[in-house]
Amino acid sequence: MAVVELRQLVKEFDAGRVRAVDGVDLATEEGEYLVLLGPSGCGKTTLLRTVAGLEEPTSGDVLIDGHVVTGLPPRARKVAMVFQSYALYPHKTVLGNIVFPLRAVGMKRTERERKARWAAELLGIAHLLARKPRQLSGGERQRVALARALVREPLVFLLDEPLSNLDAKLRTSARDELKTFQQGLGSTTIYVTHDQVEAMGLGDRIAVLSDGRVRQLGRPTDVYDDPADTFVARFIGSPPMNLVARDGHLVGFRPEHLLPQEALPAGAGRETVPFTVDRIEYLSGDRHVYGTVSGLGEETRVVARLPATVGTPIAAGQSYDFAVIRERLRFFDAQNGQRTEAVRL
Amino acid sequence: MTVTAADRRTAETAGIHLARRRLADRDPALAWLFLMPSVVYILALVAVPFVLAVGFALSDVTAGDPSYDFVGLRNFERAFDDPVFWRSLGNTFFFTAVSMVLIVVFGKVLANILVADFRGKWVVRFLVLLPWTTPVTLGAIAWLWLLDSIFSPIDWVLRELGLLGRPGALLGAESNLFWLGEPNLAMGSVIAVHVWRLTPLAAVIMVAGLVAIPRDLDEAARVDGAGWWRRMFEVTIPLTLPVIAVAALFGAIFTFTDMAVVDVLTNGGPNNATQVLTSWAFFRGIDGGDVGQGAAIALFLFPLLLAAAIAILRAVRRMEVG
Repeated sequence: MAVVELRQLVKEFDAGRVRAVDGVDLATEEGEYLVLLGPSGCGKTTLLRTVAGLEEPTSGDVLIDGHVVTGLPPRARKVAMVFQSYALYPHKTVLGNIVFPLRAVGMKRTERERKARWAAELLGIAHLLARKPRQLSGGERQRVALARALVREPLVFLLDEPLSNLDAKLRTSARDELKTFQQGLGSTTIYVTHDQVEAMGLGDRIAVLSDGRVRQLGRPTDVYDDPADTFVARFIGSPPMNLVARDGHLVGFRPEHLLPQEALPAGAGRETVPFTVDRIEYLSGDRHVYGTVSGLGEETRVVARLPATVGTPIAAGQSYDFAVIRERLRFFDAQNGQRTEAVRL
Repeated sequence: MTVTAADRRTAETAGIHLARRRLADRDPALAWLFLMPSVVYILALVAVPFVLAVGFALSDVTAGDPSYDFVGLRNFERAFDDPVFWRSLGNTFFFTAVSMVLIVVFGKVLANILVADFRGKWVVRFLVLLPWTTPVTLGAIAWLWLLDSIFSPIDWVLRELGLLGRPGALLGAESNLFWLGEPNLAMGSVIAVHVWRLTPLAAVIMVAGLVAIPRDLDEAARVDGAGWWRRMFEVTIPLTLPVIAVAALFGAIFTFTDMAVVDVLTNGGPNNATQVLTSWAFFRGIDGGDVGQGAAIALFLFPLLLAAAIAILRAVRRMEVG
């Protein structure tokens, strides 16, 4: 049974002028890490807040553990949420913050302190229990927020961009810890982010959202290798998928699949593409080569990403024979951007 | 003649020197200029009268004999020998304490109403702020009519409801309650009018505190399972405590130093039942002409008020830092 299920969920603001969530059907699998990924304003946070009960949907239903909870207040839903700001109570100590949900359900003092200590040990913040939030670093605050969510023993964890307030270095290690933490608990987690690196790294499945709709739901490899439409193709991947117009279709290929012809095995069904280079960036050992391709369709500016293992000398202003393996090509309808069957080139 | 690069540079440097520094560029001078009006204002209307009051309190100046003779603390001794002074002092503390508590409680409730989002909130906000914007004396006079000994509409409503003016009625068989004539009712009336007048101010101060709380905190508490009361007492009130303290301080100081409500409603009566230090000081010093004693009575609470203000502001600071 799905822990969280959304049925035809719609949320409008300003008396229907803004449709933040536009008919979303989504179900989590037991114990999975589901990431809601999308650009700012795509409705992902609204969706999460609707699951938490902080927003009431305009129509549609939210089911948690098989029960319709659409009209129920947050406290009746057995969910725990970690906010982007962590929302720690500034006037309470770390211990006071962690036991707050337990006091709300009327748990006995000794019992709740035992549980708070257990959560604090688990997250490595046991030595901070007497401190106030303002005496903590960003990473420590995040753990306190996680501990506060953990002691509720929720059916589902809702995380709203919990890494966005950390600096880049800390974010990487915190991401790793979050994943280990969730795997250790085996609890269902819904995680909202606009950062595709977090989504790809953390998610068991990713729901890519845009304009209040789920564009694609699938494993990280699915959304990356087989995007359902041009939005997903362009949103995921850095640099994004190259799209070349050709007779009412768009031909798509990832930058790392556009390689010098000699770097690809011969006879593997390659499509040769003349490539005029105008700029090269050298990033983390890869070469990002900017230029114009012809031959696949209309002349289009694209990016090729050459891994360090490809040593072919490339210079700006020159033309080269590049190639893409045919089965790496993806095809989209030029009108609506939807994925289509392969087209004969 | 050819113009060399060096020539041009000299000309440009000269141009810079020609441009004058304007007054608007001189921050220290501007600071003084802008501060001066308020400094003059405070000196003229606060410092000078205060020094005068201290001087008068130590003198035998009266309305009839303005010549200044130093008499030491005699005015204070005379005031302390007067039972009305002690009655006024007690009334002042009672009046202030009860008003302050009511102002804070009602202010808090009103503040919650003011920040709530509902249809027609602008009308409610306007009505809530009305008492504060009404001049004190106008408001007090309106209340004087409402509390009139014979024509009081409050009494009329009570009579129509059958609570008053009939044999066996809850509030007595007499036709009127005589709000301002009965000592306890008079004190109650004075407090009620004062609370009515100052609550909006406290509410507005507290609204400022309420809107400053991040919305996340309230939402986190909701997800954490806290109900309305727990959120109110464990999240909202602790976070707005500094602001509530400021509202209480304002309430206390305005109550301590106010005499308009007492003066208009009861003039200290009946039989000094609502006499407070300010009205008593006015009565002795201005109406009675004994300027020295009036000043002594008025100054009596100054050290107390000062200590209270310092204590509260320090507490607020500690709370903010903590």
